[in-house]
Amino acid sequence: MITFDDVVKVYPGGSTAVDHLSLELPTGKTTVFVGPSGCGKTTSLRMINRMINPTSGRVLIDGKDVAGQDEALLRRKIGYVIQHAGLFPHRTVLDNVATVPMLLGKSRKQARTAALGLLERVGLSAEFASRYPAQLSGGQQQRVGVARALAADPPVMLMDEPFSAVDPVVREGLHREFLRLQKDLGKTIAMVTHDIDEAIKLGDVVVILRQGGKLAQIGTPQELLDHPADEFVAEFVGRDRGLRSLSFDTAAGLPVRPLTEDLVLDDAGRPIRWSSGEPTGGSFTVGDSLRLVTDLAITSPVGIAVRVDADGRADGLVPHHDLVDHLAERRAAK
Amino acid sequence: MNLSYLFDAAHWSLTDDGSIPQLILSHVWYVVLALIIGTIIALPVGLYIGHTGRGSFLAINAGNAGRSLPTLGLLMLMVTLLGLGLTPVLIALTVLVIPPILTSAYAGMRTLDHRVVDAARGMGMRPSQVLFKVELPMALPVMMSGFRSAALQVVATATVAAAVGLNGLGRLLIDGLAVNDYSRVLAGAIVVAVLAVVLDLILALAQRWIVSPGLR
Repeated sequence: MITFDDVVKVYPGGSTAVDHLSLELPTGKTTVFVGPSGCGKTTSLRMINRMINPTSGRVLIDGKDVAGQDEALLRRKIGYVIQHAGLFPHRTVLDNVATVPMLLGKSRKQARTAALGLLERVGLSAEFASRYPAQLSGGQQQRVGVARALAADPPVMLMDEPFSAVDPVVREGLHREFLRLQKDLGKTIAMVTHDIDEAIKLGDVVVILRQGGKLAQIGTPQELLDHPADEFVAEFVGRDRGLRSLSFDTAAGLPVRPLTEDLVLDDAGRPIRWSSGEPTGGSFTVGDSLRLVTDLAITSPVGIAVRVDADGRADGLVPHHDLVDHLAERRAAK
Repeated sequence: MNLSYLFDAAHWSLTDDGSIPQLILSHVWYVVLALIIGTIIALPVGLYIGHTGRGSFLAINAGNAGRSLPTLGLLMLMVTLLGLGLTPVLIALTVLVIPPILTSAYAGMRTLDHRVVDAARGMGMRPSQVLFKVELPMALPVMMSGFRSAALQVVATATVAAAVGLNGLGRLLIDGLAVNDYSRVLAGAIVVAVLAVVLDLILALAQRWIVSPGLR
């Protein structure tokens, strides 16, 4: 657990970057700091590994104040991933990943062997090991950055806008990879992003900061979407937060109607089109989110979303108005 | 004017005083000494200024001032102050090599990608480790180009040593002029030029060897 205890950071010149911040980052979870520029999110992150020292207050890792600890030794126990990866251009991919284990006194051979395993972990084949960072794409560099941070198996990871320098398609892939890795590893992660969608997608806990380094709200993504503390948070999580909040509920509770002859099926029972000739525009399963169902119902030319089973066979229909009724009940229940 | 002096085998004896090989040797000796002393002085100062950002006006002005200082004039001044000998020559040549080495060391450090340095610190490298394992290797290409231009300049300029009675390839120029032997002057000019090319080639090879392929 990482604890911020009444932390204040005032820069020389008098601007306050972090203003009496007190919060806890739970062990084994991803906590995402998000907010507009100048909200002190990066400053907060960098106070955890003493890249910045607080003006007053304390930052503790598992109850131990970081202020009393040797900077270099502290940092070797904390994984560090930054925007653009910040790889060493003069070292091969493998030696980049081996950096911290070697700082910790591992032999070059041991460190390299471990590094090879880590590359695989982040989805890079062994052929990348001997390349130099300049020969890699942005997405690949960022994977190496993550592998490098994981190399000494630190319990805590700091990630400063790790995915913001890559294009949306690559970012999507890195997000999936991140969630898969974190599911396996269960690190205590502090991440900074300016992208609220990323925060909601990756964070177990989201910390929203406002300008001047004040805490606006801390909570799970769904809490923030469903119950924003004030106008600022509501504004920040976006006008379509109602729709986004549907991402967290599955279609399991949604009533379906039996199939009608209007839906044309193939021999295996899979939907092809509507008898009027209109396409179905896709289908959903029980495990999909309400957001997807809503999207299907809205975009369907006949206003009906089609549910299929695991094998892709149609097993129910959700007309537009049934969905609206269900959403109304859901709202009333909250 | 002809190449007879250059191609006369008698001038290529390895043992005779004043033979071309002997003159090359003494010339290279002045060059190497000046480069070593200049590097010892300029490199740490340039690295410090580049690393801390403090005193960068010094690095820039030293570069400009050093370039505009006439080496021959400085040499004569030093001889007046210190008398004849190797010392005034080395001082004049060292003053010549300091600016390019200092400015390139400074420039190499200033143009480093600060994100990489930030990552190095954040991963737990100590300041000296950041300097030697990250900053220096990354700044090396720029620093080497400064060193190579210093070497080229000093190879050409080390001919002034002959003006104050020392050896070096300047002997061929000065003595040749004194006795109107232009074939000898031409031989001196050609050998200096070839020596400059060869030295640059050696340094280019050294650069290939010490600079990481990742930085090319």
